[in-house]
Amino acid sequence: MPNPLLRIENLTVAFDDVSVVHSLSLTLNAGETLAIVGESGSGKSVSALGMVNLLPSNAIVQGERWLGDTDLSTLTQALWNGVRGNRIGFIFQEPMTSLNPLHRIGKQIGEALRLHQGLRGQAARQRSKALLEQVQLPRPEELLDAWPHQLSGGQRQRVMIAMAIANNPALLIADEPTTALDVTVQQEILTLLRELRDNHGMGMLFISHDLNLVRRHADRICVMYQGRIQEIGPVEQVFQHPQSDYTKALLAAEPEGRPQPIEPSLPLLSAHQLSVSFKRPKTGLFKRQPPAFVAVHPTDFHIAPGETLGIVGESGSGKTTLASAVMRLVSSQGEVTLGDDRLSNLTGNDLRRQRHRLQMVFQDPYGALSPRMPVFDIVSEGLRFHYPQLSHEEVTQRVNQTLYEVGLPESCAARYPHEFSGGQRQRIAVARAIILEPELLVLDEPTSALDRTVQKQLVTLLRDLQARRQLSYLFISHDLAVIRAMAHRIMVLKDGKVVEQGPCLDVLSAPQHAYTQALIAAAHLTL
Amino acid sequence: MATLTSRLSPITRRRLAAFKANRRAWVSLWLFTALFVLSLFAELIANDKPIVIQYDGQWYVPLLVDYPETEFDGFLPTRTDYLDPFIQQQIKDHGWALWPAIPYSYQTLDMNMTRPSPAPPDSRHWLGTDDQGRDVLARVIYGFRLSVAFALVLTVGSLVIGVVVGGVQGYFGGKVDLIGQRVTEIWSGLPVLFLLIILASFVQPGFWWLLGIMLLFSWLGLVDIVRAEFLRARNLEYVRAAKAMGLPSRLIMWRHVLPNAMVATLTFIPFLFTGAIGTLTALDFLGFGLPPGAPSLGELAAQGKNNLHAPWLGITAFMTLAIMLSLLVFIGEGLRDAFDPRHVQQRQASPAQETHHA
Repeated sequence: MPNPLLRIENLTVAFDDVSVVHSLSLTLNAGETLAIVGESGSGKSVSALGMVNLLPSNAIVQGERWLGDTDLSTLTQALWNGVRGNRIGFIFQEPMTSLNPLHRIGKQIGEALRLHQGLRGQAARQRSKALLEQVQLPRPEELLDAWPHQLSGGQRQRVMIAMAIANNPALLIADEPTTALDVTVQQEILTLLRELRDNHGMGMLFISHDLNLVRRHADRICVMYQGRIQEIGPVEQVFQHPQSDYTKALLAAEPEGRPQPIEPSLPLLSAHQLSVSFKRPKTGLFKRQPPAFVAVHPTDFHIAPGETLGIVGESGSGKTTLASAVMRLVSSQGEVTLGDDRLSNLTGNDLRRQRHRLQMVFQDPYGALSPRMPVFDIVSEGLRFHYPQLSHEEVTQRVNQTLYEVGLPESCAARYPHEFSGGQRQRIAVARAIILEPELLVLDEPTSALDRTVQKQLVTLLRDLQARRQLSYLFISHDLAVIRAMAHRIMVLKDGKVVEQGPCLDVLSAPQHAYTQALIAAAHLTL
Repeated sequence: MATLTSRLSPITRRRLAAFKANRRAWVSLWLFTALFVLSLFAELIANDKPIVIQYDGQWYVPLLVDYPETEFDGFLPTRTDYLDPFIQQQIKDHGWALWPAIPYSYQTLDMNMTRPSPAPPDSRHWLGTDDQGRDVLARVIYGFRLSVAFALVLTVGSLVIGVVVGGVQGYFGGKVDLIGQRVTEIWSGLPVLFLLIILASFVQPGFWWLLGIMLLFSWLGLVDIVRAEFLRARNLEYVRAAKAMGLPSRLIMWRHVLPNAMVATLTFIPFLFTGAIGTLTALDFLGFGLPPGAPSLGELAAQGKNNLHAPWLGITAFMTLAIMLSLLVFIGEGLRDAFDPRHVQQRQASPAQETHHA
């Protein structure tokens, strides 16, 4: 057996006194992809960063670490600088912030070349151009002089990859490289990574929470839970015959089931020719005003009582803008009717009084709750404003009842949001919305920041609430598995236009539009 | 106290702990508070009237009531001058008087001086007298109180105006923000000092006049900070959630945006405070400030400049200002660090770092 490229034995990482990774051991061979899979907080990123001494100074890393013949645990800071970026390449999760916004692309790639290979001037530029060609970016000559903000997320991630492979590293560590990207772009990036690995004979450590991706792109897989390795082995073996209970739970965590069928009835909400456009700034003092940017083209749709309309599309397709227009949080054209009331005609106080009838749950469970208010105040705020006649006892009773309904204990009313996990926070956000007894709930990517197992619980909760309260949902997601479990009908958006709509299963099983077909192909749904 | 601390949010508790851990700031806060509380009772510490008198078996409270001299068997029905040797002898013969530690008020002229003014420090006048024969220590105590009170009212006033103007600009944005910003820019271009000098030529500028004029301009520094915080916060999801809930703008600003904007604002307050004291002193020094006779530190500094042969005047003014402003800057520094999340993390990290190296 050849000497492994990377050998980790009994790696332990602790922050202050709290140990977060317990005796992790693994090996990685050249030309192989090892995936570390786990939910958020399982210690997968921390172990990867700990291996290469990239953790903050209050972290204590112990254990043997070998890269080829180099003992990583005894390297000095100066020697590390020669290893990182040279023999080990890195790709991080967030392409939007990993590039310095004040330097041109060519300069940022050139920096890695200059530091480790001493390349300068034209030589560095030629090599940078070759690298951009390797990562299959179009027009590499122009891109060298582009600023990061001129590139899309997928293009930036390609630039990051170009920087990571600039010095032909032996080991490539990819920490959730595609999580921030759209599904169709994810596939391209992962295919590219695989080609590069094969061409250069690199070893790849691939960190992800997405089992679907891992299955198709890794050779071996290592499942982590609460800082411990649950299982390690070849991909097919782990997927076919999972050994640990946790792996089994993770594999079964795909949202499943279907919403309850509904009786045909008059629509609760209907939108007629609803559109949103934003003014574009003038480019010069005497230039003419450029035509407005149309975020959502005129759209008709309706939602019946107890029905879920799913809205699907990639980032930038106008999903959230459409939801904000329905909520009257952005100014829009066209008509929105809720029950018998024309919402689009109301303003000021009249609109505010109607707001309790339609509520919204936001994407980011960390940003949607005011950090300075205890849960009781957060949940009861709307109630106290819309029904000032309620006594304190009645409000308390309603809050406790609602918290119970979303599956949270009464005792959490006095606590602050930061004491809760992402899933619990999203339940608090749902409680805040349903305590006003709305008729329509707009859910903007409510599950996308959550782990799979937690997603499944939230989907079940939302379906139960719908059945119990005859709620209508406008459910926005880019995740087709969640949409399938939630929606009666779906509407596919691309560049602000509806390209396809119809009953959920019909669209998913027999998509008509080419874009829908590409989306479904990329999602690898197990139908 | 324990229940009070537990009611605070954990972030506030951590900040309080970080502030307490900064010894210099914590001690400065206590010292400054002690000095200010002491100076609030200046009338009991330095006054030209006794606190209580027992005269012929009767009680007198000269601090609160003006008694004519005839009460103490004097000749004239005018206000009693308790420093008059005759009156003092009368009180001594017929009863007793409880005097403050310093038997001079800030504008008492010591008529029984044996030496010319300004007189150097001695047992009679601990910090000497100024060129009009007034006790310097008494003037410093009253001057300290006046400066702090002035700064306090000015800071609170600026805070209210600055937060309201900045908050409205930041929260509503768009045209409101654009017009508001231009107006504040023009407003901040007005020369404050010249306005005060012009004003001094047709009214006698007192405490409230000065306060009013300075209040017109001192809030400008806060507007940018508050506006930036509100601009950032208005797009946060919990603010949008509150909007979706149907809360009116004023409630959203008060409950959701303001608490988050206050962090940046609070760290600015001590520096606003020292700025106010500095400006008041500078105006007094130049002679455009408080009316003549008022106990002002700036006037003391000006006397020090005019009487270089009497160094106790200049040194006292300098030391008082230096101590007062240093204490405030230390407190401000401690506050700023306590509110800085990076600083808190570093503090927590440092012990672990030591063990790591060991």
